[in-house]
Amino acid sequence: MAEARPVRPPRGPGGMMARGMPKKKVKKGTMKRLISYITKGNKLKLFAVIVCISFSTAANIASSLFIQTLIDDYIEPMIKAANPDWGGLLGAIIKMAALFLSGIAATYIQTLIMVNVSQGVLRTIRDDMFSHMQTLPIKYFDTHTHGDIMSHYTNDTDTLRQMISQTIPQTVSSAITVVSVFVTMCIKSLYLTAFVVASVALMFFITGKVAGKSGKYFVKQQRSLGDVNGYVEEMVTGQKVIKVFCHEEETKKEFDEKNEELFENAYKANKYANLLGPINNNLGHLQYVLLAVIGGLLAVGGIGGLTMGAVAAFLQLSRSFVNPINQLSQQINAVVMALAGAERIFELMDEKSEDDDGYVTLVNAKIENGNIIETKEHTGHWAWKHPHGDGTITYTELKGDVVLDDVDFSYDGEKTVLHNVSLYAQPGQKVAFVGATGAGKTTITNLINRFYDIADGKIRYDGINVNKIKKSDLRRSLGIVLQDTNLFTGTVMENIRYGNLDATDEQVYNASRLANADDFIRRLPEGYNTLLTGNGANLSQGQRQLISIARAAVADPPVMILDEATSSIDTRTEALVQRGMDALMKGRTVFVIAHRLSTVQNSDAIMVLEHGRIIERGNHDKLIEEKGKYYQLYTGAFELE
Amino acid sequence: MIKTLSRCIREYKLPSLLAPVFVSLEVVMEVVIPFLMGKLLDNGINANGGEGDMAYIVKIGAVLAALCVLSLLFGVLAGKYASKASSGFSKNLRHDMFHNLQSFSFSNIDRFSVSSLVTRMTTDVTNLQNAYQMIIRIAVRSPMMLIFSVVMAFRVSAKLSLIFVCIIPFLGAGLLFVIKHAHPIFERVFKTYDKLNRVVSENLHAVRVVKSFVREDKERDKFNTVSDKIYSDFVSAERWVALNSPLMQFSAYAAMLLISWFGARMIVGSGATELTTGDLFTMFSYSMQILMTLMMLSMIFVMLTMSRASGERVCEVLNEKSDLSNVENPVMNVKDGSIEFENVGFSYANDKNKLCLSDVNLKINSGETVGIIGSTGSSKTTFVQLIARLYDITTGTLKVGGVDVKDYDLETLRNEVAMVLQKNVLFSGTIKENLRWGNKDATDEELVEACRLSQADEFIRSFPDGYDTYIEQGGTNVSGGQKQRICIARSLLKKPKILVLDDSTSAVDTKTDALIRKAFEKYIPETTKIIIAQRISSIEHADKIIVLDGGKIEAVGTHEELLDHDKIYSEVYYSQVKGGKDNG
Repeated sequence: MAEARPVRPPRGPGGMMARGMPKKKVKKGTMKRLISYITKGNKLKLFAVIVCISFSTAANIASSLFIQTLIDDYIEPMIKAANPDWGGLLGAIIKMAALFLSGIAATYIQTLIMVNVSQGVLRTIRDDMFSHMQTLPIKYFDTHTHGDIMSHYTNDTDTLRQMISQTIPQTVSSAITVVSVFVTMCIKSLYLTAFVVASVALMFFITGKVAGKSGKYFVKQQRSLGDVNGYVEEMVTGQKVIKVFCHEEETKKEFDEKNEELFENAYKANKYANLLGPINNNLGHLQYVLLAVIGGLLAVGGIGGLTMGAVAAFLQLSRSFVNPINQLSQQINAVVMALAGAERIFELMDEKSEDDDGYVTLVNAKIENGNIIETKEHTGHWAWKHPHGDGTITYTELKGDVVLDDVDFSYDGEKTVLHNVSLYAQPGQKVAFVGATGAGKTTITNLINRFYDIADGKIRYDGINVNKIKKSDLRRSLGIVLQDTNLFTGTVMENIRYGNLDATDEQVYNASRLANADDFIRRLPEGYNTLLTGNGANLSQGQRQLISIARAAVADPPVMILDEATSSIDTRTEALVQRGMDALMKGRTVFVIAHRLSTVQNSDAIMVLEHGRIIERGNHDKLIEEKGKYYQLYTGAFELE
Repeated sequence: MIKTLSRCIREYKLPSLLAPVFVSLEVVMEVVIPFLMGKLLDNGINANGGEGDMAYIVKIGAVLAALCVLSLLFGVLAGKYASKASSGFSKNLRHDMFHNLQSFSFSNIDRFSVSSLVTRMTTDVTNLQNAYQMIIRIAVRSPMMLIFSVVMAFRVSAKLSLIFVCIIPFLGAGLLFVIKHAHPIFERVFKTYDKLNRVVSENLHAVRVVKSFVREDKERDKFNTVSDKIYSDFVSAERWVALNSPLMQFSAYAAMLLISWFGARMIVGSGATELTTGDLFTMFSYSMQILMTLMMLSMIFVMLTMSRASGERVCEVLNEKSDLSNVENPVMNVKDGSIEFENVGFSYANDKNKLCLSDVNLKINSGETVGIIGSTGSSKTTFVQLIARLYDITTGTLKVGGVDVKDYDLETLRNEVAMVLQKNVLFSGTIKENLRWGNKDATDEELVEACRLSQADEFIRSFPDGYDTYIEQGGTNVSGGQKQRICIARSLLKKPKILVLDDSTSAVDTKTDALIRKAFEKYIPETTKIIIAQRISSIEHADKIIVLDGGKIEAVGTHEELLDHDKIYSEVYYSQVKGGKDNG
């Protein structure tokens, strides 16, 4: 399998789970794209949210104005009145209560809608991401670590939650407050408003500086976190080796160094982030004091027609103006985090999907008088449906005839790993590949099912260029059993049925019998309903392999690829598995890759590969007779690794 | 849990204490500043019937400015110490987890998966770091603000403050009600997250299977189901949390209107003696502050309950005690490479009724070569791991060099019993660095010597950078056979008295395999060599061959003896011979 991934993932900061921010600056347009995600399909809801927020903000503003009204219009006159009339006040309070209640209701409705919107957006993003991931070429998976990809779905998506559910409503309500207060302030005094605006600008400036600093260390922190992640992952994977070599102390020391660096960066990032609150708060206070002094001087000097009363009112207003701005600045960190997460999410979504220009499809068919007729129902016969440019459609029977003609291939576009590979496999033949690791055995099979595309040459399947065949149909016609068995969490039945979702229970049993797996499955505690977890951790390696063979058997493909399917099994178990494999291979075109020459001896053709070239070909007897590389391998005179 | 976690504060106790101190000072400032601002308004700007008192304004203004500077200072210091304390706390958590991890025995390691340990040491610790910072900042600030505000409110008017006495318990009960309903759903959400991770992870591991069977749509459905579950759980949890703000607003507005009504009655009734209009103003601002802090407290409460899950996961690692430990006065010297099993039984669950290896009686002399053969699951690996005390035996006694393995100092024992593991790992670094794991003081000559024995020298030299070739994580840039030979050389550098090869030459061809064995015979004759193999050719020349079957010794003997008497052995032998010469 190692040869399937010669392209090493770029080693860099950020092992698994690293939250990203690989570059210092977040890409332009990320914000815009994120917002379009939020607004898509939610326009009505967001409109309702804005209406609700306006309502609750209005109630809030009204509450701050109410005190003045209460004192000026009710208490003051009533103190002077001999026989105060409480009815008026009661009426006013009831009116306020009604306003407040509607404000409260608006808040509740708004929060409920936002819960739906934010979780809905997160779900859409997750689903879109996963959907898109399913279309990515194998190359993507070969060049990215699993942990890193997984972290897109958890860590990166989570960064968006706070921003969507809190920052957005906060921005709307702050904006409404700020605008309404600003208008009122302008009416009261332009001079003082200018002063307030200037000081708010100063606050913005300082906030920007500090947030920038904190952002810088935040990026560093994420990098160190990635570094620690990577180190822990590597060491924990090799933990048993560490134990065997008593290497614990050295490992601890190295870890401590990385941990210390992470601490330094986390400390600084948080330190600057924590500055924002006190700075803005106290700048607000200072501004209030200065405003009082300046306003007082203006009023005393009679400049701008200000009275002390107006200054007092203005002071109150300035606080209502600064407070929402302060609250907004507290959201900056959430935004920075969200942008970092969003950027990584969009990076994944922008990965190029597998090309598929294929138009030849696989259809059920029946053969009548030598003619192939397409049918809807399953007949056990399949045909390639080939539409031509002139509108005609031809059908070719699916047989499993594979031809590689002068194929060159390179994973990275630089180093050619296959040179001039030509071979043919007729229906029902067994073709084996033998050669050292890196000789290109797995690569050839990767090309047949188009996990990778060839650079030069042609691959024909039943006479059709594979590039013309729709990828999903091509792959459906090819079965594959790999050295690493991959089972899914679910019952044995579900796992086998993975090969053919329409298979009846009976078909599953038959496939298991064919693969020699039926016996042991029935002996499992729950038989076919036994739940497999953790890649079938409760089964032995051989049993797992038998299930994966049964899975391929139930798919019943005309062509099978067996890639080192029995290498990690001991010879005794292999004998058992081998019987299953032999039954499976009967009547199919089979490509076999194996380390053990015993597995490939009875092949119709054996290809000996070296450095991406076929250096010998023929059946066992012929190759032995030739006394070439295969003979050396067979007699143990040559090293194969 | 809190006790375990708080042990990690250590050298950050001072910042952890200073942070709340400065937070408290900041709170004092925050109470004093608005108070003085009120004075500035009342006695400065509104003084003399609206004429204003400029001198007073400037005087109080200067005091206020000074206080602002102080407040800023306190705030900055509080923030600084809080971040120092919390990042330090998380550093220590990671440190303790990792160090404890290093003390884990094999059976401890088996209990945790790699990805879960990585998540615990990063995501979970980050959660705790944030929670800790919140505790020492906001959790100090909010109650203090609450107390200050309540005290001040009572000072202004005890009678009106009784309104708070009614509203606070109402609000508190409401918030508790919300948390009680939301928390179990949040816990469920975390479990669904695990499921999401599982689906993605399985999809990634099995991407070739998914693509070859063209099951993208099925995987999509699987993912969408989990994704939907997260959505619906989160929505139902947050629907409860959504009650928080209306509840708080209701309390605030109710307090306000009640104060308005009763305040007005008091002012009017007493002719503004019992309560003044200025007092009413102050009461309003305090009522706002009180309710705000309650709101903050409820948010902290929600967030803390959410980070509880992380705390538990971290504690699991911190509290995991290695089940292997040194005895007092351990033996620091291994005499020779003899091994003796007496009635040894072993169970991974340490349960005498579930032995996966039982009734092992065997004596291996120093310097012997011993081959072990058996099918998958016959406990070959388990058998050899006991020798280096990677696991403790469940029953019987196991002696190395005539001394019970439990009496040795662990490091001494493991340095003398070199294991080349089946699932072996090379670490990122140069070949030299990897080799020096065996002996960090080894000279270059010694490295080359060990590599010659393991037949690795030749191919290492063929690399452009030779011994300085950089090995990628997991050794992915060398072939399986090359990796195995580097691993053998690494173990040889320990110059052990016992060398265990656990299927360590499976990817090496028969010829090289034979060369390695010959080199062993010639250069390390004193060392006891235990070789697990699937190939008969790897072990047929051993002094003793052990056939393991189903956790029991099926037979012991030389190749010829076993061929004559043992059914399993001869079966394996003939299957390999019949199948032609088996090749690596």
